[in-house]
Amino acid sequence: MKYMDEFRDAELVKKTVAEIRRVVKRPWTIMEICGGQTHAIMHFGIDQLLPPEIELVHGPGCPVCVTPLEQIDKALEIAGRPDVIFTSFGDMLRVPGSNKDLFSIRAAGGDVRVVYSPLDAVKIAQKNPDKQVVFFAIGFETTAPANAMSVVQAQMLGVPNFSILVSHVRVPPAMHAILGSPRNRVQGFLAAGHVNAIMGYWEYPPIAAQYQTPIVVTGFEPLDILQGILLTVRQLEEGRCEVENGYGRAVTFDGNKPAQVVINRVFMECDRKWRGIGVIPQSGWCLRPEFADFNAETRFDVATIQPEESPLCIAGLILQGLKKPNECSAFGKECSPEHPLGATMVSGEGACAAYYRYRRDLVLETGD
Amino acid sequence: MSNQTEPVYIDSPFCPMPIRDRGTVILGHGSGGKLSHDLIAARFLPSFDNPVLRAGDDAGVVQISCTQLAISTDSHVVWPLFFPGGDIGKLAVCGTVNDVAMMGAQPLYLTVGFILEEGLEIGLLERIVESMQAAAAEAGVQIVAGDTKVVERGKADGIYINTAGVGVMLPATVIGGAQAQPGDVVLLSGTLGDHGIAVLGARGDLGFETDIQSDVAPLNQMVAAMLDASDNVHVLRDPTRGGLGTTLNEIARQSNVGIVIHEQKLPIRPGVRAACEMLGFDPLYIANEGKLVALVAAQDADKVLAAMRQSPYGMDAVAIGEVVGEANGRVLLKTSFGSTRIVDMLMGEMLPRIC
Repeated sequence: MKYMDEFRDAELVKKTVAEIRRVVKRPWTIMEICGGQTHAIMHFGIDQLLPPEIELVHGPGCPVCVTPLEQIDKALEIAGRPDVIFTSFGDMLRVPGSNKDLFSIRAAGGDVRVVYSPLDAVKIAQKNPDKQVVFFAIGFETTAPANAMSVVQAQMLGVPNFSILVSHVRVPPAMHAILGSPRNRVQGFLAAGHVNAIMGYWEYPPIAAQYQTPIVVTGFEPLDILQGILLTVRQLEEGRCEVENGYGRAVTFDGNKPAQVVINRVFMECDRKWRGIGVIPQSGWCLRPEFADFNAETRFDVATIQPEESPLCIAGLILQGLKKPNECSAFGKECSPEHPLGATMVSGEGACAAYYRYRRDLVLETGD
Repeated sequence: MSNQTEPVYIDSPFCPMPIRDRGTVILGHGSGGKLSHDLIAARFLPSFDNPVLRAGDDAGVVQISCTQLAISTDSHVVWPLFFPGGDIGKLAVCGTVNDVAMMGAQPLYLTVGFILEEGLEIGLLERIVESMQAAAAEAGVQIVAGDTKVVERGKADGIYINTAGVGVMLPATVIGGAQAQPGDVVLLSGTLGDHGIAVLGARGDLGFETDIQSDVAPLNQMVAAMLDASDNVHVLRDPTRGGLGTTLNEIARQSNVGIVIHEQKLPIRPGVRAACEMLGFDPLYIANEGKLVALVAAQDADKVLAAMRQSPYGMDAVAIGEVVGEANGRVLLKTSFGSTRIVDMLMGEMLPRIC
């Protein structure tokens, strides 16, 4: 497959690993922000290829994982109503709320549907004018343009029975929160290339400068990730802290301007709670007042739901890169993909699920 | 009782529920993966328990006077009823024929049970029946008993088909999931994931089109040729629902061995790879309906491979790995970069990723 095979080429991978080994002199801790990257690192065993000086820690970039419990409970409350068709990205269905998940709602007769695009949810609303159709608008900057577009379209086409339950989060405030924490261990960032494809990376130079931390825009194939690591290590060894683009085939400095325009038209910045981490100021997007009619929280009067988390789950520490999944006492015991205590064990992009699936009790090897 | 039944739910994005302690059946219980295994182990085995069933193979093997018979049954609920490369009728015949063949038996007779929904077009039913007859003729089996029920409109999805099959074991054939031995070579008869992706594409609700055809096919003649070529075929299994990853895990657990496979040796069509990349699926867990894995003593692997490649359904057969005496119960994959990861059973259902 074009744009895939060349970035999985075993020879190029070996060459890049050799170059990383040549460049690295001291121990460094590097965080990949995106859960998709965490998954790829585990899937391809990239961490096994790296020299011992480099430690990868896993960031908060799993949209399913950081969606706060109360938003999930609100979704469950709305989805259980008889007049509602609740639509969501697939991953969200298995994340447990306080006492059930969207699958149990469906098994009990609720109309819960997986869609690949929020625009499909608008179509469902048009076809079912006697039902309320709600879309669970979660995710980072990557899903925001299409989610925003669904609201624009619903307004334009006059689809009054469509609304969205918003739980959008933004990457830059999370980087601030991680780097600004007194417990921070992260010395370099692999930025989430898909987010940058939308947003560009014009927001990052002040962060790199303020915390003296290199940030490298990084893709998702094995060679992309190794390239990101190489660029980061080079900066660290040379004492630089710049923003570099290691994913030039998808990302420009300015990003996708029309996408940013539609995001800003529909959403505005707001404080947002991250599951396991807490409230990060200005880290979310919510609907602008002119689109308030499309806000499912007010339409269904669920804004006051406020549940409690399991005290066993350390997802918050994992999402900040302070702990690794296998350092959790519940990992693989009380907590497994079949019985998850936190969303990091549920989502395909969650660090705990990636560890459980690909590593668990595997004795790590570094070669054939 | 076979747990290798029909592929209809595995490729649905509407399924999983990885939490086990539930009071209701959920779609994930039909995935062919871990939840299905749990359901069988916790709900069916305790009541039906006997040594034949406990073997946990694709078909039960029983002895009647001097003859050993392999018996299997399989229900088919695939939607859509027709998809590129096949239809529910062909699937219903091949699924049971293959389950019987995977014990090293020669399938002879099938029964068929139809559950028809009120309103099903007779013309459609005729096409399905013709397809069943064509598949049965190719496999050399006869359909010798049947049953028909009709349910009210809305109580079924057009047509459901159950088939059961019986076959005769060759004398002294010992093939089963528990027979794998360290040193065995793992052979795969062809490309992975064709059926699952063809059905998923045919549904049309995922917004992609594909020219991938389902691989649904009767494999009994290829199996007969393989057993002619070697007395050292230890395990045969068709990786249907749950895919190759789940099938190899079943074998690793039943035989208490480790299985190592090599990523760069796995045959996957570009169209299947592309669809999987786009939808966030792993081809290791996509259903096949015309493929088998064989675990064969190393000294006979080339002979068996040659026999497979003589079959129209085994032309792309390759060796993909080996059985090892460590990592018991686990399946490991060596990436093309030299790193290693666990290949687990399919957990709930595969869901598309969101970004």
